[in-house]
Amino acid sequence: MAIEIPSIPLGDWIEGGLDWLTSEYSIVTRAISRVTQTGIDVLNDGLMWLPEWGLLAIVVGLCWWVANLRLGVGAALGLALIWNLGLWEPMIETLTLVVIATLVAVVIALPVGIAAALSERLYKTIMPILDFMQTMPAFVYLIPAIPFFGIGSVSAIFATVIFSMPPAIRFTTLGIRQVPVELIEAADAYGATRSQKLFKVQLPMSLPTVMAGINQTIMLALSMVVIAAMIGADGLGSEVWRAIQRLRPGDGFEAGIAVVILAMLLDRVTQSLRKGRKSKR
Amino acid sequence: MNENRNVKIRVRNLSKVFGNQPKKALELREKGLKRPEIFEKTGQTLGLTNIDFDVYEGELLVIMGLSGSGKSTLIRCLNRLIEPTEGEIVIDGENIPALSEKALLECRRRHFSMVFQNFALFPHRTVQQNAEFGLEIRGVDKAERTRVARDALHHVGLDGWEDAYPNQLSGGMQQRVGLARALANDATVLLMDEAFSALDPLIRGDMQQELLELQHRMQKTTVFITHDLDEAINIADRIILLKDGEIVQIGTPEDVLTHPADEYVARFIEGVDMSRILTAEHAMRPVRATAREEDGPRTTLRKMNENGIDSIYVTSRDRKLMGLVEVNAVEQAVKEGKESIRDFMTQDFRSVGPDEPLHNLFAMFSEKSFPIAVIDDNHKLLGVVVKGAVLDELAQAAEPSKMLDDTKENEDANENVAAAGDA
Repeated sequence: MAIEIPSIPLGDWIEGGLDWLTSEYSIVTRAISRVTQTGIDVLNDGLMWLPEWGLLAIVVGLCWWVANLRLGVGAALGLALIWNLGLWEPMIETLTLVVIATLVAVVIALPVGIAAALSERLYKTIMPILDFMQTMPAFVYLIPAIPFFGIGSVSAIFATVIFSMPPAIRFTTLGIRQVPVELIEAADAYGATRSQKLFKVQLPMSLPTVMAGINQTIMLALSMVVIAAMIGADGLGSEVWRAIQRLRPGDGFEAGIAVVILAMLLDRVTQSLRKGRKSKR
Repeated sequence: MNENRNVKIRVRNLSKVFGNQPKKALELREKGLKRPEIFEKTGQTLGLTNIDFDVYEGELLVIMGLSGSGKSTLIRCLNRLIEPTEGEIVIDGENIPALSEKALLECRRRHFSMVFQNFALFPHRTVQQNAEFGLEIRGVDKAERTRVARDALHHVGLDGWEDAYPNQLSGGMQQRVGLARALANDATVLLMDEAFSALDPLIRGDMQQELLELQHRMQKTTVFITHDLDEAINIADRIILLKDGEIVQIGTPEDVLTHPADEYVARFIEGVDMSRILTAEHAMRPVRATAREEDGPRTTLRKMNENGIDSIYVTSRDRKLMGLVEVNAVEQAVKEGKESIRDFMTQDFRSVGPDEPLHNLFAMFSEKSFPIAVIDDNHKLLGVVVKGAVLDELAQAAEPSKMLDDTKENEDANENVAAAGDA
């Protein structure tokens, strides 16, 4: 005899909770929305205000400075291709979203990562949450983003921050926990306070690891802002999205290649920032 | 010998239990159980138990023991890097275990500098910045700490390396930075945790000498931890021997070597290179016969025959060493019918002070087999050392069980050795 087990209304509960959050905290979400949108607009307009060749020259110079001439040449070729394909504006829009999302993610992730490194209890609480954030299919975050922030770039930022933050937290925690106990002991022996230990020993020593985490966050943010085109984010993602809807694989690949170029540029620059710091020692 | 010295740190009834039920472990200890039994019954490790000792102002105290003896725990209890379970540690009137968090930081800054086995230098800081660390923590202003740190680096011979990073230096130099960091801090007590153990033997020897010089110059109260008895003997004013978390002996290096408190200490000192520790005084034997300057050759010859020796030291009336005559020179004097042996003396022999390590005596025996004369500062003849006696002394030292009552045996040995004169 089959026993009827009623299914748990998990979805209903979550929806109820989200609805409640949306209505109760609409002032907060609206404020966040306005601030974020302003940030996006200012950065985007600033980057668009520069002539294409001007920005290109700046990026090439930057690559040369932090890494080497080869990266500079690569950057020049890649950006010139994007320009030539007529994808300059969507590329700038994508870059803007990545930069803003990464900034927000890092600002939240650093203190959380530090706190988790110093408190065993917080560490045990946070790690499963990070697992949840990273393994939940990225698209799912897009759905609650809409009632919170409406369709558009702010929702994209919200979903991107949630999706891309975990590695920055993890690497910060890891970096601090990796500081050898002898060095902590040495700092203690000389009478260092907790904050002296943190700022004079733990943070400087974990910097390379933290930078690796930030690099990961940037990469994840880029992949997410492309997906966020589904909820109306501007940029290269929306070019891809449009190509899918119109079944034009050529356009889709062009935009896709632009994403790849942008990803490689961001990755190489942040990596050489990290290594550059080390080799100057 | 230390009655007149000021006590810098007084440690009383200090114990440390590793585990979550320290009370249980201490109760069992009161019943007379030892570390292994307590661990078996409660799972608690008795790291230190009933430790009582004083550290005197300006002395170099070495705490020695094998790994697991509790020496690292003990030094870390002093500045509370490890929280003691019970007992008091009083430094300048402050009981360290009772200090609040804030007072503890203050106490560490004022009283303790520490040098670590694996250097524990900060890799992201330059040599100069490492040396400044303690001062920076205390909030000393930039100009002052730069000056003091430079001075400390100069003391340890690292001029010109200020801007290098630790990974650019050799092990010995890294530990000099560690030492400079401690000296710059100018705390009242220097804690050295196996500070030289990670260095290779040659560098270690140099560092020991430099530490002794620094210590001599600055009179800094120093607590030095080591598992190496040679090192302890070399640098210590006093030695504390630890075993299984208990003190087995406190004494000068000499005390520990010549009067080991028990079998454990005796076994510990087996490995020591005794030839560096024992001195001419230990191997010295009283002189059986000496000649006087004004003695005639026939008298001298008789003395030599009676004692079965073929050379004899000549002294003045007040026992000052004048020279040595050999049997063939005396026979020559008899032939020539001389009144005294004065003109037949030779200065071709070796003399040493009583503090000369036996190690240095070996080479002196190589040329001729005259006994080595041991003389004091006023040139008085104290005794002689013959080759056999050196080996004999070393052989005895290698069998510590015998050393426990070595005085009697030495007397017996004297008979044989002195008679064997210059065999």
